[in-house]
This record gives sequence, structure tokens and C-alpha cells, in this order.
Amino acid sequence: MTDRFEVPSGLKKTGLVLSLIGIITLIAGAVCFLGKHEEAGLVRFWMGLMQNGIFFLFMAISSIFIQAAAGLAQGGWIVAYKRVPEAIGANVWVFGLLVLIILFSMIFGLGDHNPIYHWVNPHGDKVLEGKSTFLNKGMFIGFSVAAVGLWSFFGRKFRSMSIAQESTPKNSTKLYWKTVSLAGAFMVVYGLTMMSTTPWMWIMSIDAHWYSTLFSWHVFAGAFVSGMALILLWTVYLKNQGNLVLVNKEHIHDLGKFMFAFSIFWTYTWFAQYMLIWYGNIPEETTYYNKRQNGPYSFLFYLNIVVNFVGPILILMSRPSKRNYFTVVFMAMIIIFGQWLNLYLLTYPGPSGHNWNISWYEMGIFAGFAGVMILTVSKTLTKSDLIPHNHIFLKESVVHLS
Amino acid sequence: MAVKKFAIACYDDEAPLFDAVHKVRHSGYKLHDVYTPFPVHGLDQAMGLKETDLHVAGFIFGITGTSTALGFMSWIFTSDWPINYGGKPFFSLPAMIPITFELTVMFAAVGMVLTYCYLNQIMPGVKKHVFHPRQSDDLFVVVIEVTEGTDEAELMNFLNSTNPVETNVQIAEEGWWYGRFDKEEEYQKQLA
Repeated sequence: MTDRFEVPSGLKKTGLVLSLIGIITLIAGAVCFLGKHEEAGLVRFWMGLMQNGIFFLFMAISSIFIQAAAGLAQGGWIVAYKRVPEAIGANVWVFGLLVLIILFSMIFGLGDHNPIYHWVNPHGDKVLEGKSTFLNKGMFIGFSVAAVGLWSFFGRKFRSMSIAQESTPKNSTKLYWKTVSLAGAFMVVYGLTMMSTTPWMWIMSIDAHWYSTLFSWHVFAGAFVSGMALILLWTVYLKNQGNLVLVNKEHIHDLGKFMFAFSIFWTYTWFAQYMLIWYGNIPEETTYYNKRQNGPYSFLFYLNIVVNFVGPILILMSRPSKRNYFTVVFMAMIIIFGQWLNLYLLTYPGPSGHNWNISWYEMGIFAGFAGVMILTVSKTLTKSDLIPHNHIFLKESVVHLS
Repeated sequence: MAVKKFAIACYDDEAPLFDAVHKVRHSGYKLHDVYTPFPVHGLDQAMGLKETDLHVAGFIFGITGTSTALGFMSWIFTSDWPINYGGKPFFSLPAMIPITFELTVMFAAVGMVLTYCYLNQIMPGVKKHVFHPRQSDDLFVVVIEVTEGTDEAELMNFLNSTNPVETNVQIAEEGWWYGRFDKEEEYQKQLA
């Protein structure tokens, strides 16, 4: 039984059109916002690119994380659709490269008074000078390059090892144990990048005076939920194309449970951060939430909780809804939108202030990244058989009951 | 207390057990229960048991906890005994969330444990008839109720044809009783 995926012309067309929309939006944005030499336009141009880029990069890294987590726990349940997270993980380098280009342009290209990353040149700001051992250009470049490089390496390595397993003798466990130790190594890397330094460097340093130790956890939780939603969308899409014959409701149920549980975890981290600041009521901490909760972002602030918590907990709570293809796909889209909105609220309010927008530019850039995601992942998916025939846990995945 | 007559068949592996359960359901005998030393995957489907409604009970208990906590705290802090804590409003929702969460979990947990005990008829002191001393050790025991319409000889022939390691007929209490195990022995003496 072979299960090869061929990119349907419709999907390819969608991917191309979306990428084209992204490129056109980028050019239009450059003309509209950069031409006038106004700070608001400049900020909007770079924030749109940065927020969408980071969103897609973090969503893609979650695919490597779930492979590593399932690998360390020796979980067989993921094997039936293992090629999907592998294909997404193998393309982390594309988004990593794009994000690095965007971030480095923002660090170096915005002149002496950086409107987004104030710490680039503190200009005598005592607080930022105190943080300058960590928050400086050298550290930023070092950490970013190291993080993106390691993620890209592990993403490609997990896939190549999984494909190499196909040509080993039946029931050979040598490569499997190698994958398990690689998964352990990735966890260390992941803990030191995605779960700590990277969100501090890239996102928290936008509001450079403010800090929260829980911040990276919160960003990780959001990235993980949207990553699960992305895997689910790809899995259901491939299933609808007649591929992934071994995937059934039990596997969909698993992904639904992940989306449900980690939406609650996301809320937990969100509220833990919010409540301590609300309770302490220290002005230097509350400015962060004051900017978001009162004023122009107020509606988005509450919408964020409704979309990312109330929706998933009520709709995904019952067993039948997690086993229904329509509800899980619908909720996956809602969650991807919700987490995008969450990242918007983490990044935009600091530099944009009252001049905020969600319109053609933000959506166009989102479409562009989505197009890149569709084109790259679908191309990677075609390169190998979608069933990992030789994986030692394949049978376990087939008889798996959720 | 309802004393009934039961026929049991013991198996030493899962494969003959599943075979036997399928055959029993197919032949129309009244399957009372199956006792296994460990949870057997797929046995509940094979026996035709319904999906449990325990989680619905859990949801209801949880909602009860949420509304109890929120309602009680809002009543205390707004009308019964309002106190100014650091200039915060009397109705401070964020401060109530942790306790609401804890109470939701506690109501759901305690309620579900009690519901679970009720549904399975287990409690400290509640005793049930043990059909075979090895049913919790290494034997899979299928118990069939011998009703008025059941031909006992035919049933035993049927059970012996399913490769059991042991079969017998017992008169036993169907449900549970409170107290000691020897209460049942008195019964059986009376019956004999």
C-alpha cells in the first residue's frame, strides 16, 4: 500500500495566488507607508511583516515540538499522520529566514531613533541601559541566528531520519532510538529558545521597559495551540483528498484534545500574568495592560479571551464535537485567527499606540505567508510516501483508540 | 437483595474470552458481567455496554461549583460585607477567578467520585459476591444469569464448547449488601 500525495492544481493555484497577494501587498505597503517618511507608516509597515512572520514561524516550530514530545514519550498515536508535522517542521527554515531578514532590517534599517525596538539605542534611558547586557544588537543577532539555525536543523533532521527509517530492515530500532535522543536534545534547545529567550528578544523587548517572566510560556502556549490547529487542517485536507487512509476519528480526536487542552493552558498563562499585575497595581507594570485594556484596543482585548478561551472550551468540550470533522476544522480556523489576534495584541500596541489598523495590509501579509506555507509544505509532502511503513509504532497508531 | 442463579465460565486468556463473549451475545443468553484481572481494551464494546454518562455529571457538578463560588463571593463582597481592599472595586472579578476555578475543580472531582461510586456500587463496607477467587488474579470470568427460561444443561454444554478452563453454577446475591462477607454464607446455607 503506497500513499503518494500529488499537489492538486487547485491547491497550487491557491498557494500561488495567496503568495502573489502577499507580494503585491508588500509593494503597495512600501509605496503607501514608506514613501511619506512618517513614523506611523513606518511602524505599520514593519509591524505587519514582523507579527505575521513570527506567527507563522512559531506555528511551524510547534510541529517540531510535537514530534519531539511524542518521540520522547514513545507515543505511537502520531505515527499515522507523522508526515504532516514532519513536512511543516522541515520548512521552518523558510519562515526562519524570512523572519531573520525582517528582524535584522528592523534592527539596522530604522535609524538612530528606532520606533519599535527602543533598546537599540537607549539615548541615556537608565532602564534600557541597565538591560543592555542582554538587550543589545550583538546578543539579538546571536540568539536569533542560533535559534533559527537550530530549529531549521532539527526540523530537517527529524524528517530525514524518519525517511531513512523506511530503508532500514524491518523492526530495526537503531534509528528509532537515535530519534529519541535527538528529541531529547531538541527539548533542551526548545526550552532555551522558544520557551525563554526568543519571545523575550523578539516580542517582549518591543515594550522594553516592561517585563514578565511568564511571557515566553504564554507565547509558547499560543504557538502550540495554533500549531496543532495547523496540523489538523493539513491532516483533514489530505484525508479529504483521499490520502492518509490510516487516519481516522481517533487521531482527529487526539488533535482536538490538544487544541482544547492547550487553549485552556493558554488562558491559564494569560490570566496568571494579568492577575498578578492587576493585583500588584504597580504603575510600571500596569502601563502594559492599561494600553491594551483601556482605549482603542479594548474591544480586541476582550475579543481575544472570547475567541481563545470561551469558544474552544464550550465548543470543544464534548467528545462528539472533537470527533466531528466539521467542528474541529471550524475551531482550528477560529483558533488560528484567535492566536493571530493574540500576537497582534502582544506586538502592536507598544509602537503603534492609537494608530492601529487591521485592514488590507495586515491581511494581505497574512495571506502571503499562508501562501508560502501552502506551497512549501505541499511540495515537501509530495516527496515521500505519506505512510511511514517501517516505523515500529505504525501498528500501534492504527489500532489506537482515543 | 435478590438471590439468583448464575453460570460462570473461566478463561485464561483474552482471545478465548472475546470469542466467548461474542458467542454468548450471539446466542441470546443473559450476560450478567465479565470479571477481568485488568482493564481489557475493547471488552466494553464487545459486551455492548453503553458509553458512560459520568462526564455529563462532571460538567454539571463543575458548573455548580462555578456558580456557587461566583455567586457567594459576589454576594459577600458587594452586599453582605464590602471591604475596601487597596482601592479595588468591590466587585473585583479577577480576584475571584482563582477561587472560582478551585471550587469548580473540587465540586467536579468530589461529585464525580461519588457518582462513580454510586454507578459502580462501590463504597467502603459494601460487599458483592465473588464469583471466583482468581477473578482478580489471573482468570477472566464470564458470568451468565440462569433465568427461568434458560435450559441449564444446554447452557453448560454451550459454555464448555467455548474452551473454558473451568465452569460451574452458583446461587448468589445479585446486587450488593452492607457488612461482612459471611452474611452471604448464611444465605447459601439457608438455601441449601
